[in-house]
This record gives sequence, structure tokens and C-alpha cells, in this order.
Amino acid sequence: MSTAATPNESILERAPVLARDWLTGFLPEPARWLANSLVVIVAILLVFATVFAALTLAERKILGRVQNRPGPNRVGWFGLLQPVADGVKMLIKEDIVPRAANPVLHFLAPVVLLAASIMTFAVIPYGRHLVPVELDAALLYFFAAGSATELAVFMAGWASHNKYSLLAAMRALAQLISYELPLLLSTVPVVLAAGTLSATGIVAAQSGWKWGVVPHWLVFTPCGAAGFAIFMVSALAESNRSPFDLPEAESELIAGHLTEYSGFKYALFFMAEYFGMCAASGMAVTLFLGGWHAPLPVLEAVPSYVWFSAKFLALLLGFIWIRATMPRLRIDQLTRLAWKFMVPLALVNIGTAAFWSLTFPWAGPLQLVRWAVALGMAAGPFVLLGRGLSSGLGPRTYRYA
Amino acid sequence: MLGTGLLQGLAVTARNLVGSFHDPRRFVTTQYPEERTALPEAYRNFPFLVCDGADDPMGTLRCVACQICEKECPPQCIYIEKSRDKKPDANGKMQLYPAVFDIDISVCMSCQICVEVCPFDAIEMDQVFELSATDRFTGLMLDRGALAKPNSYFHRIHPTQAAEVDARLAVERAAAERKAQAAAAKAAPRPAPAAAEQPPAAPAA
Repeated sequence: MSTAATPNESILERAPVLARDWLTGFLPEPARWLANSLVVIVAILLVFATVFAALTLAERKILGRVQNRPGPNRVGWFGLLQPVADGVKMLIKEDIVPRAANPVLHFLAPVVLLAASIMTFAVIPYGRHLVPVELDAALLYFFAAGSATELAVFMAGWASHNKYSLLAAMRALAQLISYELPLLLSTVPVVLAAGTLSATGIVAAQSGWKWGVVPHWLVFTPCGAAGFAIFMVSALAESNRSPFDLPEAESELIAGHLTEYSGFKYALFFMAEYFGMCAASGMAVTLFLGGWHAPLPVLEAVPSYVWFSAKFLALLLGFIWIRATMPRLRIDQLTRLAWKFMVPLALVNIGTAAFWSLTFPWAGPLQLVRWAVALGMAAGPFVLLGRGLSSGLGPRTYRYA
Repeated sequence: MLGTGLLQGLAVTARNLVGSFHDPRRFVTTQYPEERTALPEAYRNFPFLVCDGADDPMGTLRCVACQICEKECPPQCIYIEKSRDKKPDANGKMQLYPAVFDIDISVCMSCQICVEVCPFDAIEMDQVFELSATDRFTGLMLDRGALAKPNSYFHRIHPTQAAEVDARLAVERAAAERKAQAAAAKAAPRPAPAAAEQPPAAPAA
């Protein structure tokens, strides 16, 4: 965490840093660095464990309301203690390891999965002074740590010694690797625009307002908007969320790679899925939605971490909304969408970003030309590719059904 | 264009999400143990035995242990033992009564055939559905005492049907009374033994 203070900022802005310094202030200087890191780790774990608990409840409540039913409302006031009840239930359940399973890998898989997803939280700037680890290649680190989850998913499938687990793990691998590509390609425009791989630098590049009202967030540029859309769809697939939750397609694969997991190991997988969703949302906020910057200059008095949280929660609610709406894709539709639609779009988007960067000095009426060309480059491929995406492949006729 | 269907879908879910907060026609869930919906009159699940007096259910059972329902029951969930003695029924006629009348509701399939075949309107369909028990062998085997329910209860759960049954029984009762008076007038010195009396006339309906 950086401690450099900028002048005339409120005490609230620095409150988390001050709290940390107050906690570790009594320690001698050499031990303070270690203690500070530990405090940050504990804080991240606590905050995201709370977010996870609240998110499971919010998801069930919202899904319920979308389906015109109240959702959990029995435990505590309006069902607010439901996550606690779920946690207790998961803890006291029997932990079953199949006899044929590889016990070491079977145990290790959820741990590795959760560790990898927690590691991604390290580089996200949560506020002006709240960057747990300042890395020059934060973006690279984020995606490297995020990709380690694929290994854990396959570990779970292989170690379970169950045909459904293995099949689902192979599906999951195919899906995760397919969507890794558009996910990475969609962030290239951001790197082009910011000129840095550092998360702090990317957020700093999005500061300021045009005409005092429109923030310089990348989502308000043609290439940024397209990149944001591609990033969010790929992030949905990367975190195994509906409509890309094929690895746990219960109608075909029991519970996918979670089939042989019970009790708290299952809860860890569940937690990792939500953490993956949180990390993707946090990164999307950082890359495209201006990070912790306030949307209007007058709102800068509100602490930066509040703005980050607001955008972050909005994206999470979007994830839940999409889950409440979309049916699950078939495996061939899933990979077709990745390779024939998302990857070409993301590649074209890099071209759009290059054009956008090169035409930065254009002014006056040329500005309009710049916007028209960039918008055309972003929307044209979408329309054209979308038209050919399912031509000749549907609707299917089932002759023997 | 690709994506328009997705946006329409998102609009539908958003409408339902918002609508469930202000539109009671959308939000139809009843909080069951606290709130209950009224059961439709035609709802039925398991049979019960009708008795005429609420204060003495065992003494006023309409059942005469004829065992027709026991024989007709497709899954054979009814078990009846006839009594050795007789006691007067609602018409004052001496009749057998069931010493044992058991229905195993874990076997009963709620077909209502016992109700259809009963010549005495003594068995009807109940509406009680909270019948869970911790022991399936004794808890779900309902005996005479558990099955007997007063006619007023029958009126409450199936008003139309109960009114029909009552009208029919009133006609039969009047016919039996007339017959008894005629018999009494004919053989005034020696009252006819109760056992020799004619059974109540079959209902016209």
C-alpha cells in the first residue's frame, strides 16, 4: 500500500491506511513491513469472505425475486443469517473421499483453486491508497494467477476417479483455454491506451474529465466499450458462471468436477467460483470503469474505495442478473462462440485501439471522423460476425426424439 | 441482430424482479405454516368415518360394518372387524357396528371407491394433509377413533356433498318412521321385534 498523501484529501480517504498504521505502529521498524503485509492479507480475506457470504444470499434473493418467489427468508431477519446457516451446514457435513480417488490431489485441488483465486486479489487497486501489491506487470500477474485455476479444476476432475468428473474437467479445460484468449486480447486496448501494465498506472490514465462531466474511463471510447463487453463475456466463461456453467451441467454431468466433493471442500470450490467472479469484476472496474475514480468531480469528496466498491458491486449484480436470464450453452455453441466470434472480435478490437491511439491528435471536425471510424470498426465486425455465427447450424430438427 | 434476444431476456427478468416487489399478482408465494390458502371444496385425500353425534363419536358411527368398502378397496388398506352385539343406528334400527376399523393411509391411494360404494354414507373423503408421523407402522395406521369425525365437520369441508347426503338421509329416515308407525298401528298389541324390520328403503337418487 502506498502511503504518500496528496494534499487536501479527507480523513476518510486515508482511514484504512491510518487504521493499519495504528495496528502495527507499536512494532519495531523491521517487523512493521511484515506485519503490514499480514494485516493487508487478513483484511482482504475478511472483506472478500464477507462479500462471498453476502453474494450467495444476494444471488438467491435476486434469483428468487426474478422467479417471483421470496428466496431464503427463514434464518434471521429476512433470511440475513442464511449464509451463516449454509456455512455451518457445510462444516458439519461428512467429508467423503472416494476409495479410488487420489487422496493427495483430491485434497489439494480445492486448496490450489482457492489459493489461485485469492492471489489475483493482490494487485487490484481498491482505492487511492489501497493497492496491496504494487507490481509493474500487475496485469500479467493477474492473468497468470487466474490461469492457475484451470490446473486445479483438472486436478479435481482427475483425482476424483469418476467419469463425470473427468469429462467435466476436460470440458472445463477446453472452455477456460478457449476464453483465456479473448480475455487477454480484450485487455490489449487498455494497455495500448494507458501505456503500462501496472494496475495503478492504468487507473491513473483514466483520471480526469472531459468538459468536466464525462470521465476519461476507457469504457467511454469505442475500443474500450467493445473490450469491456468482450472482457465481461470472457470473464463469465472463465468463472464458470451461467450461461457458461457447462463444467457443472447437472443435467449431463451430475455436478461436473464437484461430483465427488462434499462438505467444506465443496464449499471451497463454491467460494473459488465467487472469488473468481469478484476478481474479474475488480479487474474490469480497474481496466475499463476508471478504477476508484469518482464519476463526477463534485463526488470526489466520497472516498475512492467507496467508488470502487460501488462499481464492483454493480458488476457483480450484473453477473447475477445474467445468471437469472440466460440458459446454458451447449459445448459446441460455447467453443464456437469463443473461436469464431470472440477471438476475431478481440483481434479487430486491437486494430480499433491502434487507430484510436494513432488518431489521438486529431481535432475539430476530424474528431467526428475519428469517432465514426472507430465506432464502425467496433460495431461492424460484431454485426457481420453475429450474422454468420449460427448460419447453417440451426435450428436443429430432432428426427428420432 | 445478435444480442437483441439477450437484451429482451434481460428486460423480462428485470421486469419480474421489480414486479415481484409491488405486484401481488406476480408474487404469489404463501408463507405456508403461518399462512394457508383455502383448499378447493373438491380437494380430497384420505377417507374418514362420519358420525352423527359430536359428543359420542363411537356410539353414533354411521358405519354398520358391512365390509363392502373393505372388499372393494383396490389397495386393500381397510381392515374391519364386526362387532358381536348390535346397537341402534340413527333410524333407531339395531345394527352391527365396526369393533375395529383401520385404514392404512400409507397404502391408501385416495381413489374414493370406498365412498362411492358405501350404502350408508358412512365414509367420506377428508382434507387433512398434515399427516406426517415419526413411525410409519403405527403413525400412519389410523384406527376407528382417529377416523371418526362428526357430520358438522363433513359439512364444513364438503358443504355441497354433505347437504346432498343429509337430504337423502332425511328422506330415508322419514320413510322408516312412516313404516314403523304403520307397523305399530297394524300390530298394536304386539310390537314387532326390531330385527325383523325392513332395512331402510334404497335412496331414490
